[in-house]
Amino acid sequence: MRQLLIFIRKEFLHVFRDRKTLLMLFGLPIAQIVLFGFALSNEIKNSHIAIVDYSKDAVTQRLITRIGGSPYFNIQRTLASGDQLNAAFKKGDIKLAVIFPVGFGDDLVHTGKATMQVIADASDPNQATTITNYLNQIVLDFNSELSQGAGQRMQILPSTQMMYNPELRGAPNFVPGVMALVLMLVCTMMTSVAIVREKELGTMEILLVSPFKPFYIILSKLAPNLLISVVNLFIILALSDIFLDLPVKGSLLLLVTGSVLFILTCLSIGLLLSINAQTQQAAMMGSMMGMMLPTMLLTGFLFPIENMPVALQVLSNLVPSRWYFIIIKQVMLKGLGFSAVWKEMLILTGMCALLFTISLKKFKIRLQ
Amino acid sequence: MKTLVFLLEKEFRQLLRSKQLLGMLLLAPLIQLILLPLAADYSVKNISIAMVDNDHSTTSRRLIEKIVSSGYFKLREYSASFTQGLKAVEEDRADLALQIPVHFERDLVREDRKQVFVAINAIEGTKANLGGAYLSSIISDFNEDIRAQWQVVTPTTQVTVATSNWYNPLLNFHLYMVPAILVTLVTAMVAMQSAFNIVQEKESGTIEQINVTPIKKHIFIIGKMVPFMVLGIVLFTMGLLVGWILYGIVPLGSLWVLYGSLIVYLFSMLGLGLLVATYSGTQQQAMSLCFFFINIFNMMSGVFTSVDSMPDWARAIVATFPPSHFIKIMRPVVLKGSGFSDILPEILWMLALGVALNAWAVLNYRKTT
Repeated sequence: MRQLLIFIRKEFLHVFRDRKTLLMLFGLPIAQIVLFGFALSNEIKNSHIAIVDYSKDAVTQRLITRIGGSPYFNIQRTLASGDQLNAAFKKGDIKLAVIFPVGFGDDLVHTGKATMQVIADASDPNQATTITNYLNQIVLDFNSELSQGAGQRMQILPSTQMMYNPELRGAPNFVPGVMALVLMLVCTMMTSVAIVREKELGTMEILLVSPFKPFYIILSKLAPNLLISVVNLFIILALSDIFLDLPVKGSLLLLVTGSVLFILTCLSIGLLLSINAQTQQAAMMGSMMGMMLPTMLLTGFLFPIENMPVALQVLSNLVPSRWYFIIIKQVMLKGLGFSAVWKEMLILTGMCALLFTISLKKFKIRLQ
Repeated sequence: MKTLVFLLEKEFRQLLRSKQLLGMLLLAPLIQLILLPLAADYSVKNISIAMVDNDHSTTSRRLIEKIVSSGYFKLREYSASFTQGLKAVEEDRADLALQIPVHFERDLVREDRKQVFVAINAIEGTKANLGGAYLSSIISDFNEDIRAQWQVVTPTTQVTVATSNWYNPLLNFHLYMVPAILVTLVTAMVAMQSAFNIVQEKESGTIEQINVTPIKKHIFIIGKMVPFMVLGIVLFTMGLLVGWILYGIVPLGSLWVLYGSLIVYLFSMLGLGLLVATYSGTQQQAMSLCFFFINIFNMMSGVFTSVDSMPDWARAIVATFPPSHFIKIMRPVVLKGSGFSDILPEILWMLALGVALNAWAVLNYRKTT
């Protein structure tokens, strides 16, 4: 037992001696939470648009004023002809163009119908859909204003309430994602590198011939990373509470328990990687390429899992951060209790136990 | 010049010798490029809905039918009360709950107006945005239907909107994601590997041997850069081929423009790798630094979320990230066929960043410790 404590102390010294890495370990989550929390947003405002008005009458003027007055649109330019549109789209100056055909106002007054043309740059499909919808809304408003005199009959009025995140900020979705990402990478990468480095430097040999049990070697390697991750967790939670106005709504104890489970799972993955990697470079590439993008994509915080092909949906079940992401959302953002997350907790516990057992079994006590 | 040729020969041999690393360098991105666009599908469909029908009239049933048959929504459950519908949203079983209140049909006919209540889980902003918009447009369509059915006189003056989607008429999300994912993969590989490579020489002590030779600083640096530039070009070409074979994406713009900007981009990213290397003593430090930058680049450069909707200060920060400019080149050139003059500002940005990063790195690189 005393031996173990001494070894843990040695590992801590190793970690704390390397100021640059340490700075990065704590600087990264802080920078990410602050940057992502404030900068990322799903709201699409001030989209630059172009107007081509062939009609130039009172009605088009009113519509243009309305569109320009909306916070969603910013009329970038008024083009004389539709031929210039392609060039403007290619340059990326505008996201959408509105074209009023000749005699637009006359048509509206005399025939009661007039059609305006809207062209969206659909290279970004979601943005195109969203801003086209905004534009439709403006036209609908305009229409009901036109028909005020006639009196609209039989109106169904949807009253919509955006729950949990009324301003559609990016933070409530990204903070849990960033938490999962940062904890995952710190744990797997730091652990795998720490062990492989001893192999590379040859000190592993010395450890293995000593009477110190291999199990203790593993424990002492994991301890500092566990501590760093827990500290990181609290930093992230404090930052989101103070700066992003995202307090932990549910039980802190439950959230921390879930997080520790997740951290332990990631540490086990790091352990497993280190067993198979021969060089630090390979270990890093493994945790970077093998973990970072899959974690970003298959966790569900950037892209909805239910949209993916079935094979990937099945694969996403194997990504621990997917389950952790659900736990954070439920406990931190929605304030739900244990009954809402027991299943995810159980899955994480199972993964952690399985991975840890495998790594223990496979941990080589011989070099060759 | 001769020195440079020898150095390059050494670097290429080292790179080609380690088969495991080379395999990983080329295979890992390839596999990711094949798989990731499948995962990165943010076309909003399958919005699951908890329906609360307190009216149980013909009209309410027809509304529900209309919503479900639209293809955007999936009926998850019929909840007995709005509270239960909200609970379904809370437990993530449904993305939104729609309540049709009691006497919906009666009041619609008698009082000419009736509200329906929609509660959307807005944690995922894009989904909430689009889901809400789809639902209200379906409801307003339905509104027209029942007015027609009850033969209510509708107001005669109306502006209609005819929408066309250019460059991607089928709203295919892969078209949008593949070019950007290719950029992130090239970024991660090239910047990291160049940094690791130099730091490895530091760790193993071989850099000292080079330092005591008369090889000039810039020759050494060029010698380190060229192999990774080549690696980046190979990766990029493989990526374009994968995009063509699997996703049918053929760049509409000129390949000269694409490769020209790629070289400027690689120049700037290699500068960053070099800079990281000069500041790190161990591979672990280099890795932490690289990880820091790459992670932030990936999230902020507009791959997943729009840079345009960020606040001004954040956009100013993003402008200093080389990948954000390359993404701004890739998407329009590949999808819209933009030409050189359209993307010139972005190229100039990358060039300026590249010169700054490389100059900083060269100044910071010391032959002596």
